[in-house]
Amino acid sequence: MFKNILKRKSSREIAKDRLKILLISDRVNCSPEMMEMIKNDIAKVISKYMKIDTKSMEIQITKTSSKGRNLKNPTLYANIPILDLKQ
Amino acid sequence: MSEVIVVTSGKGGVGKTTTSANVGTGLAAMGKKVLLIDTDIGLRNLDVVMGLENRIVYNLVDVVEGNCRIKQALIRDKRYPTLFLLPSAQTRDKSSVNPAQMVKMINHLKDQFDYIILDCPAGIEQGFQNAIAGADRALVVTTPEVSAIRDADRIIGLLEANEIHKIDLIINRIRHDMIKRGDMMSSEDVVDILSLPLIGMVPDDENVVIATNQGEPLVGSNTMAGKAYQNICYRVLGREIPFLDFEKGISFWAKVSGIFHKG
Repeated sequence: MFKNILKRKSSREIAKDRLKILLISDRVNCSPEMMEMIKNDIAKVISKYMKIDTKSMEIQITKTSSKGRNLKNPTLYANIPILDLKQ
Repeated sequence: MSEVIVVTSGKGGVGKTTTSANVGTGLAAMGKKVLLIDTDIGLRNLDVVMGLENRIVYNLVDVVEGNCRIKQALIRDKRYPTLFLLPSAQTRDKSSVNPAQMVKMINHLKDQFDYIILDCPAGIEQGFQNAIAGADRALVVTTPEVSAIRDADRIIGLLEANEIHKIDLIINRIRHDMIKRGDMMSSEDVVDILSLPLIGMVPDDENVVIATNQGEPLVGSNTMAGKAYQNICYRVLGREIPFLDFEKGISFWAKVSGIFHKG
């Protein structure tokens, strides 16, 4: 039980994590459901050619420039771990 | 050179009017000629926060509709000889004024003041469009709460879309005791999320309520919020003022232990 208390995220961290995800979809006008659909479609296409780890793959829409708020060119990043190149 | 600053936030109740009143008063106390404009038509409040509600004759809508000359509608604050208020109309609605009329009026007033500060209504509708139409720069006010930050982010996007690129962030109602126990986002967290330059951190200070009760802005007074607003004014003027310990939330004991560690 004590372990659980230590592990529990502070409400500050929860707020920060929620906001980060929320703002990404707010900024590009793209819902989390749609992101999930895009992710599944990407996984389906890549899986035709190689074996990938669909469970730990991540996609994210970020701004291109790290300095300032250059929101005009959001970029879709996909992080897809490959399990086996040959299939 | 005169500068037109809009104070905005998206969400209501985060402290736009308090910030407008204190920044305007602070700049006037520093010798700048300042005009405060309340653009919240139908829900005017800057006049009561400033303690000038009994002196209103004409308002913003009267000026725009040509019922009076601009000079007649400006209220001079007797406490600060270079501070003026253009109050909003209470019995009209937001559509009584359009952005083109605001731009025309501000251009007419611009060369008579060092700073024109526009207190923006909550929301992103016509009132917001009116308030930002003539602005050169923006102060976005938020609190360390999820809803206020989300709205601030939306507002920042709209400001940028309207070609206002000089945007600074004010984080209001910071509670260091809550940050310390991990129950409130710190100013670093908020800056990290919104990626805006920080121009002020205002602690949650009961003196703000007291000052509003009395109709007397507390900028420059010996209170935490008073000092925080004073520093915001200096930073608006372009001075590099380091964020004070109470703004950062370093407690007295942390400082004391810091001294011992140094030794």
